[in-house]
This record gives sequence, C-alpha cells and structure tokens, in this order.
Amino acid sequence: MDTSISINKLSKTYGKTAVLKEVDLQVAGGEIFGLIGPSGSGKTTLVKMIVGIDSPSGGMVEVLGKQVPNLSLLQDIGYMAQSDALYPELTGRENLRFFASLYKMNQAVLKERLAYAADLVQLTDELGKKVAAYSGGMKRRLSLAIALVHDPQILILDEPTVGIDPELRLSIWNELMLLKRQQGKTIIVTTHVMDEAEKCDRIAMVREGGILATGTPDELKAAYGAVDLEGVFLQAGRGAQ
Amino acid sequence: MRILALIKRIMLQLLRDKRTMALLFFAPLIVLTLMYFFFNGDNENPRLGVVGGTELLTVALENASIDVVPYSEADSQTVVEDGLDGLLEVNDGGFQVTLENNDPGTSRALLMQVTQAAAMQGGAGVSASIEAEYIYGDAETEFFDVLGPILVGFFVFFFVFLISGIGLLKERVSGTLERLLATPIRRWEIVFAYLIGFGIFAIIQTIIVVFYSIRVLEMVMVGQVWHVIVINLMLALVALSLGILLSTFASSEFQMVQFIPIVVVPQIFFAGIIPLEGMADWLQNISRIMPLYYAADALKAIMYRGEGLADVSSNLLALATFAAVFIFLNIIALKRYRKL
Ligand SMILES: Nc1ncnc2c1ncn2[C@@H]1O[C@H](COP(=O)(O)OP(=O)(O)O)[C@@H](O)[C@H]1O
Ligand SMILES: [Mg+2]
Repeated sequence: MDTSISINKLSKTYGKTAVLKEVDLQVAGGEIFGLIGPSGSGKTTLVKMIVGIDSPSGGMVEVLGKQVPNLSLLQDIGYMAQSDALYPELTGRENLRFFASLYKMNQAVLKERLAYAADLVQLTDELGKKVAAYSGGMKRRLSLAIALVHDPQILILDEPTVGIDPELRLSIWNELMLLKRQQGKTIIVTTHVMDEAEKCDRIAMVREGGILATGTPDELKAAYGAVDLEGVFLQAGRGAQ
Repeated sequence: MRILALIKRIMLQLLRDKRTMALLFFAPLIVLTLMYFFFNGDNENPRLGVVGGTELLTVALENASIDVVPYSEADSQTVVEDGLDGLLEVNDGGFQVTLENNDPGTSRALLMQVTQAAAMQGGAGVSASIEAEYIYGDAETEFFDVLGPILVGFFVFFFVFLISGIGLLKERVSGTLERLLATPIRRWEIVFAYLIGFGIFAIIQTIIVVFYSIRVLEMVMVGQVWHVIVINLMLALVALSLGILLSTFASSEFQMVQFIPIVVVPQIFFAGIIPLEGMADWLQNISRIMPLYYAADALKAIMYRGEGLADVSSNLLALATFAAVFIFLNIIALKRYRKL
C-alpha cells in the first residue's frame, strides 16, 4: 500500500517544554494504526497536527500527498477529538446534521449517511434527545458518528472508546475493521489501553514526545522478547532511558 | 451553504437558551425604565454670550461663575456655532435670554444665575422682564431626555457585546471551535456566521429598545426612528465584532465578564453622560477611540436635535471603520487554530 500519512521531523514546543521531539512516522493507506502511550505523552498533539488544527514548531506533515494544513484535505479526514466537542443545547440529530452539512454532500447522500452513522454507534433511538441529557458513553458514540458521517478516506480517532461499555466497544472495533477491509480506509487510533493496541495492524509507542518503537504487535513482541504489549512498552521505555 | 448551516445552528442554540433571550430582550428595558425614574437635572459650567449691557452686569455675571463672551451682535445661530450655553441680549433695559439647552440642567442653572445677576444690577422686578427661548427642547426638557439616546446606544452595545462574546467563548472552551476547524469551513465563514446569527438577534433587540424608549418612556424623538435604528445597528455590529474578538483573550466566562470594567464601563464616561467639554484635552482624545462616543453623538443629534443621517455621516463612518477592523482581526485571530 502507498503511504497515506507521512510525518517528517515533526516538533512542537509550548513555551519552553518540547511536547513532540522530531517525530518521524509513515502510515500506509488502508491500515489501522495505533498510537499507544501514557497520558501526556503527546498523542493528542500529534493527531491534531495531522488534521492541521494545530501548527508545528518544526517539521511537516503530508496527508495523501498534500502538505497539511489544506482545506480540501479536510473533506477526506474524519476527526474525533479526545474531549467531546458537541453542542449540549442541541439534540443528537441536530449535532450530527450540523457537522454533516459542513461537508460537500448532496441531500440524498446526507440523509443516508446520517442514518448509517447513527446506526453504527447504536444511537438511532436517542437522536431526538438533547446532548445535555446524554451519558459520557453516548457523547463518545455521537462524536464517533460525526467523525465518519461524511465518509472520509482517513479516520483520526483520539481515544474513541473511553467510557464505552465492552460490548459496544467490541462492535465499534469490528466496524472499524470492516471499514478498513471493505472500503480501504486508513484509521489512526490513539489509546492507552493495551488490548485495543493488539487489534491494530501496526502501532507506534509514544513516550515523552518521541516514538520508542514502531511495528506490528507481533514484531514488537518478538523484538523485545515480551509476551504482551505491556511488556514491550516497559522494555522499550527502559531502553530509551 | 456551510455558512447557512452555521447561522442556523447559532440561532437555534440562542433560541433554546431562555436566560440569554431574557437578558437580550428584557434586561435593557428594565434598566432603561429604572434610569427613567432615577435621573433628573445636573449641573455644568456655563458659557454665556452677552450683547450690550454694562460693565457692571458683566462683573455680576462673572461673580456668578459664568464665562462671559462679549458680542456686538449675535443670534441663536451664534450660540450653536460658538458652542455657547446661552446668549443674553440687553436692549432698552429689557433682557432676552436664549438658551442652547443641550443640557437642561445647565440651562436651568444658567437662567437662574442670569436672573439673579440682572436683578442685582437693575433692581428688583427685572426677572419678570426676562424672556427665555430654548433652541433644543423646551423648559420641560429633563436630563433623561438627553441621557436617553446615550443609554439606548449603551444598552445595545453592552448586551450585544456580552452575549456574542460569551457565545464564541463557549465554543472555544468546549472544543467545538477546534472541531469546526477540522472541517473544510473557512475562517471568515465562521466570523460572518457569528456576525449574521447574532446580528439578527441584535436587530430585534435594537428595534424593541428604540420603540420602548420612544413610545413607552416618551424619550424626546425629533428625528426619524429608522435613522436611530440604523445607528444602533452599526453600533451593534461593532459590539458583536469586538465581543467575539475579545473572547479570544478570555479562557472562561468569568474572564469575559472581567472585560466589562475595562472595555464597556469607560465608554459610558466618554459617551457624553458627563459633558466632555470640561475634560482635559488628552481625555477628550481618548474619547475618539470609543465606539460609543460616535454612536451617542449621532443618536443625540438625531433624537434630540432632529438631524438626519447625512449630518452624522462621519460618526457612521467611524463606527463602520471600527467594525471592519474588528472583523478583520477576528479572521486573523482564528489562525491560532488553523493557518488556513
Ligand atoms: N496548549 C498547551 N499548552 C501547553 N502545554 C500543552 C498544551 N497542550 C498540551 N500540552 C502538554 O503537552 C503534553 C502532551 O499532551 P497531549 O498531546 O494531550 O498528550 P496525550 O494525548 O498523549 O495525553 C502534555 O504534557 C500537556 O500538558
Ligand atoms: Mg490525549
């Protein structure tokens, strides 16, 4: 597969603290790529810069061969932020429809996509409720529906399954794998849960603004002689110090 | 299309927020009504033109702390052009006083002092022969009538500033602004959607406040109502664009409220509630950067002196310039999130 996302010596500093340190990363088209790392390691900062809603202090990001930020590129990216960015005064349907109408889509397709996205996250029956009355998990699901409502080629999901019960979590993962397999979508997922990392095609271990190791879960386990990814993480962390 | 979706969403959100609706539409009416009952006359240092009369009269007037400006010939036009508070004409022992009456408090005090000075000089019984004429308003003009146009402008400015500022701030704090910028929307589309979405409410508010002031509070209204509305709309546009611009520098609703004493309150002082004439030059210059100063000046001209939009075109131009600059800065300020 050709390269979908290419990150080159990407750095970000806030004041004097370096949050990302010359990160290099290649994500192939049609793979599920996991960014795994503890809280505060720089995952959110990294994905925001892939989307183009935060500007790098150094280096650059290319998505689908175009340099970020690029307005037309945003039509091809579905972004789910770590904190739910929703309008509590509006209903779930109004939120979903509002975000959908910001993309190029004709009315018939839009209607279809609204139904599909709501169904995928099992929110169809709750769409009439105001978001203020949603639980944390429901908000998370609505955010995910918004991220894929316009059928983007690339999905960037920042901790998508936090606060979602295990059963729904499993069905969301199955759907993500289906999207990858059937439609060749590229999916970037950040998580700090190791069992989710196992489901990714490839993962990058992020720590303190740098990438410790990249590879398939099995490659990494073999390389570090660990039985699970938790072990890989500890090994890789020791090696870096 | 995108901009329409955004406008629709902003309006829907506002309509669902009952408290904000009340703040926008009823609060100005309540405060205006209170002001109506509270305010009455006030004092100022008067400048009096004098035609004829003796040296003795001049001394008597100056002793009453009136600035005497001698003329060989003058009429009501002179009063307006030379910025006098009044004109005293002495002929055949009779006194004719012309009062500018832009500030009824000043007029009343001036008339009283002139009467006293004349009585001292010419003996008792003179007061009966003094005839007073008012250029603007009449003897019944109250302080509130002059204050009114300023207050109308102020409330439009204040409430639109606060509500639009907090509107965009909420979007910033909740992360939805960042989320919006992850869609192909353009920065200017966001700024204009905010201007239009909130602008529609500002139009309704302006119309309610203007009609309430004129019909219910019976504020003096010599000029055209729609001229008053045009000026208030320009002012609302300035307030809107300034509100959303300053929300960039606030990280909570409380911080937005902190802008009120810095940005909003000083404007009242420079809008003419306290007469600017008595202020130091540097203070008067500061008034030139206050949007409310231009709006209040124009509103006073139309509501109280019956002038038209053409007479206040420089004020309108100043307001339009403020709005254009703030709108431009808003579009730039969003670069903080996305460079494009
Ligand atoms: N706007 C900001 N200003 C200053 N520091 C920030 C800002 N955003 C993030 N950081 C810091 O950058 C680091 C990485 O944050 P983040 O990317 O959110 O990590 P993660 O998503 O892996 O939990 C953290 O130490 C965080 O405090
Ligand atoms: Mg994060």
